[in-house]
Formats: sequence, C-alpha cells, structure tokens
Amino acid sequence: MRKVLIANRGEIARRIMRTCREKGVATVAVYSDADRDLPFVREADEAVHIGPPPVPHSYLNVEAIIAAAKSTNADAIHPGYGLLSENEAFARRVLEEGLVFIGPSPKVIGQMGDKLTARRIMQEAGVPVVPGCEDSLATVEEATAQAAQIGYPVMLKASAGGGGIGMQICREESQLLQAYQSAKGRAKAYFGNDAMYVEKYVERPRHIEVQIAADNAGNVIHLLERECSIQRRHQKVLEESPSPFLDPATREQLCEAAVKAAKAVGYTGLGTVEFIVDENKNFYFLEMNTRLQVEHAVTEEMTGYDLVAMQLAIADGQPLPVEQRDVQAKRHAIELRVYAEDPVTFLPSPGTISLYQPPAMEHVRIDDGVESGTQVTPFYDPMIAKVIISGETREEAVERAQEAMHHFLITGIKTNIPFLQEVLADEQFRGGDYTTWFITERTTKTNHK
Amino acid sequence: MKQVAANMAGTVISVLVQPGDTISEGQDVIVLESMKMEVPVQSMEAGKVVEVKANIGDFVNDGDIIVVLE
Repeated sequence: MRKVLIANRGEIARRIMRTCREKGVATVAVYSDADRDLPFVREADEAVHIGPPPVPHSYLNVEAIIAAAKSTNADAIHPGYGLLSENEAFARRVLEEGLVFIGPSPKVIGQMGDKLTARRIMQEAGVPVVPGCEDSLATVEEATAQAAQIGYPVMLKASAGGGGIGMQICREESQLLQAYQSAKGRAKAYFGNDAMYVEKYVERPRHIEVQIAADNAGNVIHLLERECSIQRRHQKVLEESPSPFLDPATREQLCEAAVKAAKAVGYTGLGTVEFIVDENKNFYFLEMNTRLQVEHAVTEEMTGYDLVAMQLAIADGQPLPVEQRDVQAKRHAIELRVYAEDPVTFLPSPGTISLYQPPAMEHVRIDDGVESGTQVTPFYDPMIAKVIISGETREEAVERAQEAMHHFLITGIKTNIPFLQEVLADEQFRGGDYTTWFITERTTKTNHK
Repeated sequence: MKQVAANMAGTVISVLVQPGDTISEGQDVIVLESMKMEVPVQSMEAGKVVEVKANIGDFVNDGDIIVVLE
C-alpha cells in the first residue's frame, strides 16, 4: 500500500494521515468547498476538491471520490467513520475499481448494517441478544402483539437505523401506537428503509463496547472494552476504559462474546461490538460497527497500540501484529468529545473560532480538526476535537482531565467544555456508577426533545 | 410586540405557521437544521401570528427573530 485516499474530513482525516505518514504511506484528502481551509486539507500530501458543502454532493458523492482516487493513483481508500464508512455499495464499488477498501467485506457491512439480520446471526452464533421480534413488523397491530408478548417497556427501532434515529422507548401500548407511524416515517426519510422491530427495553442500561481486530487468515482478537454510557441524544460524549462497572469475570465473558460475534460473520479488519449491559451485569448484543470508531483513541491510550496502523496492516494482507495474551489495560484512558454546541441546551453552535488553544500536557492527547480562525459550518457533525487523557489510575486520569479542560480555550463559538467539566466533577461519575440516563437525569426535559 | 427567536444558527427546513394563525405557548413554529440535527423552534407565548420572517432554505442566526406575534 503506497497511497491512501481518506474519504472523510476533520479530526479523523488528520488522525489517519498521522499513522500513514509514520508508515511511509502517502495521503490524499478530499474536501468540500466548506472545508477548503481546514488543516486536514493542507496536511495531506495531495488534496482533491469533490464538491459543494452538503454531504450528498461531496463526502457522500461516490463518483467524485472514486474519480479522486483514480486521478491521484491512490491504491486504497480509508472511509474513516460516519459518511460512507458503513455503506455496502460504496465498499463494493471501491473493490470493483481495483482499489483496497480499508474495512471489512461489503457483505459483512451489509449484514451488520441491517439490525434484524445482525440480531439473527448473533442469536445463531450463541451471542446473547435482547429479547425481541425475529422479523420486521408488518403492521401496528403486529407491533402491539409482539410488544405484549415481550412485555413492556419495549424499544421500537428501525432495522436500518443508527444514531438513535427512529428509536423510541414505549412504556405502554398507547405510547407504541402513538410512536409507530412517526418512527416509521423517520426511518423511511433517513435510511430509505422503514422496516421496524421491537425489543425489550433494558432499564438503567449501560453501553459497553468491545474493540475487535481480525486478519484475513481468520485470527480474531479483542482489545478490551470501552464504557460509552455518557450520551446525549444517543450520541456519546465521554468514553473511558477500562469500564468501572465490569468485574474481571464479566469482562472476560463480554470480550469472548465479541470475538464470537466477529467470527460468526467472518469479520476482517477493525470493528466494534456494542453491548447493552443491565444492572445485574447481564449483557446483550446491540449492534456491530464495521469501521474505526470515534473513540478508538481510548483503546490506543489504554493498550499502547496504534489501531489505524493495525487497520492498514490487515488491509494489506498482513497477519495481526498482536497476540491476544499481549493485550492489556496498561493505563486508564478517558476521551472527552468537544462539540460546537451550547453547553446547556446542547444545540449546535456554528460560527468562527476566534481563538483555539488546546492544552499541552503530558498524557493528554488532542485529536482535532480545527484551529484559530476556522469557520465551523452548519453542514457537518458538531464535534471539533477529542481530548484523550490517560493515567495510572482512573482517579489520576479524571483529575488530569479536569486540568486539561481547564486549560482548553476556545472562543468565538459556544462549546460543551463547561458541561464536560460538570461531568468530570459529578459525584456519581467519580464513583463510576452511571448509566445511559446520566445526562438526561441532570438536564431538563425540554433540552432533550 | 411578542416575538419568537431562533434558538440556534441553522437552515430553515420547515415553516409550520402562517400569518393569521393562533398559536399556543410551547407550539413549534419553525424547524431548523444544523450540524445534522433538526431542532423545532417553539413559541414561548400564545398569540396570533402577524409575520413569518423566515422562509424554507434561509440561514438564520441564534437569536434572529423569525416569527412576530400580535
């Protein structure tokens, strides 16, 4: 692999380029009009303009991205996360063009992208899934019948869903009747597929995911877990590892289940198996993300491995560079996602960053995509930086995180830094005892419509 | 005069009221989209709509007046 085109933007494009540079692999950035002046465009060896700001015309424009790869003679495409990263048709097209797709096979992307198919495969492989229906619901009557059988509360979900869209907790039949059509409509609008299903809603859940890596020879390892329960609008805000909630026995079972899941689908590359864990430490498969995660850096700082380097090696046909017995939690790592948003309402805050001054501290890693003068546009995700802090202990990491956030200056736009400080100071967070309700329980209902 | 202001910077993706409508407190009047998120703008007060200052596709800033009530 000599040259990689990164079909993404912002911090993750920069992050991937960093490892490429270290490995002597040339990089190609693609960018929209809105991103012309961003650091990732400047720092790539080559950069190709692919279209106007809206993502359908640029970062989701398959033809423009393939043409950019051809014109620059790139031999591989790294999709990053979001955008085209879990798009089966895109992955297939990349392969058809004779290029390497840095990710699993298109077939696996398709299977895991369909939540009902994923559930079925996991169930057959003996990986626990949340009790729920086997097939998509044909009618609202079928939905209520299934829900009655499962028992309320239930979660109504879109089979093609993601990012919390088209998802609704229903505590009784009247809520399900009310939510069904609108959730179906949203699923159709967002995913072009309105297949819905219901599953048991797990009360006071924790989201804990396991990083896995698999090579083309069928070797699969896990790289431990990431605790991701601190979320707003079903999007993660803070992740840490090791999870303060898991005991060694549960951790081992969870990680083994993730490896089993990866083997069941014939996975290759890096992937993440997400689980929901209840109060009694029962865990259930939630979904598999067939790409590099935003929070992969937590695992890197905890274990000391470069996950992007691992992706490149696997895509290049090399065997896994790490053996399972070598994978250890060497440090406690925490990632804080800095969003351009109001710290109270969590509403987006686009605008121009007048001053951007990240902390420069030992054991504090900054993965960011902006600088002073950057215009944060309304076209893309509000995440502008990730701060990854590690320590010998969780306590040390949390205290270091507080100091890092104290020294992080961003002016000109609103950011969630004050909110992140509140989380770090929170007694329940400090105690490590928190669920996905953490943020909702601390903010008013109107903020979370 | 009572007014409804945008609660964030974003693009107007739907306008839910028109002049002459009587609206109640907490009613959604416009939906904005920014950074992959759709956010309804609610009226803090009840009243009769006199003017809608934003059209679909317009970009509004946080605090811009988008609906004027009687």
